[in-house]
Amino acid sequence: MTAITTAAPAAAETSRNLTRTLLIGLLLLAAALPFLVGKSGFISNFTFLQLSLMIVYAIAVLGLNLLTGFNGQISLGHGAFFAVGAYTAAILIEHCGVNYWLTLPAAALICFVVGYLFGLPALRLEGHYLALATFGLAIAVPQMLKYKHLEPLTNGVMGINLLKPDAPFGLPLSGDQWMYLVVLVVAVAMFWMARNLLNSRPGRAMVAIRDHTLAAGTMGIDTSRYKATVFGISALYVGVAGALHAIIFEFVSPDSFRFELSIAILVGAVVGGVASLPGAVIGGIFVQFIEKYADAMTKKLTQAIHLPLELQPWTLYGITLIVLIYVMPGGIAGGLAALWARLRRPKSG
Amino acid sequence: MAPLLEISGLRAYYGATEALHGLSFSIAQGGITTLLGANGAGKTTTLRAISGLVRREGSIVFDGRPIDKMATEDITRLGVAHVPEGRGTFVGLSVEENLKIASYGRRDKSGVRRDLDLVFTYFPRLKERIAQQAGTLSGGEQQMLAISRALMLGPRLMLLDEPSFGLAPLIVQEIFQIMRRINEEAGVSMLLVEQNAALALNLAENAYVLETGNVVMAGPSAELKNDEGIRKSYLGY
Ligand SMILES: Nc1ncnc2c1ncn2[C@@H]1O[C@H](COP(=O)(O)OP(=O)(O)O)[C@@H](O)[C@H]1O
Ligand SMILES: [Mg+2]
Repeated sequence: MTAITTAAPAAAETSRNLTRTLLIGLLLLAAALPFLVGKSGFISNFTFLQLSLMIVYAIAVLGLNLLTGFNGQISLGHGAFFAVGAYTAAILIEHCGVNYWLTLPAAALICFVVGYLFGLPALRLEGHYLALATFGLAIAVPQMLKYKHLEPLTNGVMGINLLKPDAPFGLPLSGDQWMYLVVLVVAVAMFWMARNLLNSRPGRAMVAIRDHTLAAGTMGIDTSRYKATVFGISALYVGVAGALHAIIFEFVSPDSFRFELSIAILVGAVVGGVASLPGAVIGGIFVQFIEKYADAMTKKLTQAIHLPLELQPWTLYGITLIVLIYVMPGGIAGGLAALWARLRRPKSG
Repeated sequence: MAPLLEISGLRAYYGATEALHGLSFSIAQGGITTLLGANGAGKTTTLRAISGLVRREGSIVFDGRPIDKMATEDITRLGVAHVPEGRGTFVGLSVEENLKIASYGRRDKSGVRRDLDLVFTYFPRLKERIAQQAGTLSGGEQQMLAISRALMLGPRLMLLDEPSFGLAPLIVQEIFQIMRRINEEAGVSMLLVEQNAALALNLAENAYVLETGNVVMAGPSAELKNDEGIRKSYLGY
C-alpha cells in the first residue's frame, strides 16, 4: 500500500515530463517544417493549406469542447460563430484595410459578446431544447449573411475575396507556409490558455456545473453567469478559428458556413474525445481529413476490395462514425488513453 | 432567543405548478430539526426554496435577514449549506477539488484550512482518498463528501436532503453519529429531511410533518415518536 502511494506520484511525474518533452519537440518540428522545406516544393503549398485548415478546425473543436465537454452545454450551432468570426475578419480586411493579425482579437471580442448574449437566454433551456435553439442559430446565420441591406458589407451570396498575406521580413516562405506558421502559433496559444483555464478555479467550477448544476449552485457558484460566460468563451474560440479560416482560405461566403459545418464541429468534438484537449486536435484532423476525403476513400476502398456494388459518397463516413462511437465511446483520445493504461498496467497482480 | 430560520407563508413553484402552499415553521439556534413526510410531500422543494433553487414566495428570514429574494450564491455566503438530494457529487473532479470548490467564494484562508482539518477529523476516510476521482467513491463515501463539502462553506445552518438514502444501515449509523458531532462540536444547526422517520426523530429535537405541500403536524420529536396515532397515520411505522 505505502509502496503504491509513494511510487505512483513519481511515475506520474515522469510520464508527465515525458509527455511535455515529446509535445514541445513535436511543436518545434512542426514550426520548423516550412523552413526545412523552403521553396523546394517537397511539401506542396496545398498541403500546407490543408494542415492549416486542420489546425483551424482543431481550435473550433476545442471551443465547442469547452462548452460541451467541460461545461455540459450542447450546441448544434457553432458554425454560426465560425461564420461571424470569418466575416468579421473579411469585412475588416476588405473595407477597413485592417492588418490581418488585428482581425483575430476583433473576431474574438465580437464572438465573445454574441456568444455571451446568446448564452443568456439559452440558460433557461436544457438539453434537447438548447440543442434545438443552437441549431436554429446555425440555420439562421448563413441566411442573415445574404440579407439585402447588409450587402454593401457582406457582398451577399457572392461573398468576399481576400488576398493571402505574404511572409513578412523577407522570410523565404510562401504565403501558405507563412500562414501555416501563424495558425500554428495562434493554436498553441489558444490551447495553452484553455489548459490554464481548465486548471484554474473557474475551470473546476465549469466541470462542477457540468457534473451537477444544482449542487454547484449550492457551493456558491453563480451557475447562470458561468454558463453564459463559457458560452461566450466557446464562441470566442470558434470565432478566431473562423477568422483564420477566412484569411487562409482567402474567401468567405454564406454557403461556406452552412449548418453542416456546425454538425462537423460537433462530430469532431465527439469523435476526438469530449472533455479532452488532445481530443480536440484529433477532432480537428477528423473534420479536415476524414470528412473531406471520405468520398475519395470510399471510391478507393470500393476498388481495392472489388466491392460488387457502388457505395454512396457518405457511406464510409457514416460507417466510420458508427464504429468509432461503439468501439470508443470516450472518443479516440479516450480510447487511446484506455489502451495506454492497459499496456502500462503490470502483468502480475 | 430568536429562531435561526423563520419561514412563513412559503409557496414554491415548478413552472406554473405550485408545490408548496404556504408553509410556516421555524428552526431554533443550534438545534437539529427534521422535516418528515411521504414521497412527493414537498420536503426537497422546501429545502430548494430556502436555498433559492426554485421560484418561491413568502417570507424566509435567516438570522434576522430576509433571504427570500436572494440568489443561491449569496444565501450560501450567509452560511446556509445545502447537501442536495442524491449527494450531487462532481464526479469528474477529485475528492480534493470537490472540497476546494466550496471554499472558492471564501476570503478567510485560515478558516478554510481549519475547516479542511475539521473535515478530515470527521471523515478520515476522505483524507485517504483525497486524490481519487470522486465518481469512483462508494455511495457512503460520496455522502460523506457531500456533507464535507457543505462544511467547507463554513455554515451556520446545514440543509440535509435524505442523507441516508440508498446506504447500508451501518454506514447510515456512522454518518448520523458524525452529523450529531458536527452539530454539537462545530455548532452547526441542521434541517434534516428524511423518509426514515425513526432515524430522524432520534437525532432531531423537533419535527415537522409535511403532506402535499402543507405542514400537518409539528412538535418535539419525543412527542411524535410516542404518539402511536401520529406514528401510524403520518410516519408509517
Ligand atoms: N423538477 C420538478 N418539476 C416539476 N415538479 C416537481 C419537480 N420536483 C418535484 N416536483 C413536484 O413537487 C412536489 C414535491 O416534490 P418533492 O419536494 O421532491 O417531494 P419530496 O422531497 O417530499 O419527495 C411533487 O408533487 C413533485 O411531483
Ligand atoms: Mg425529496
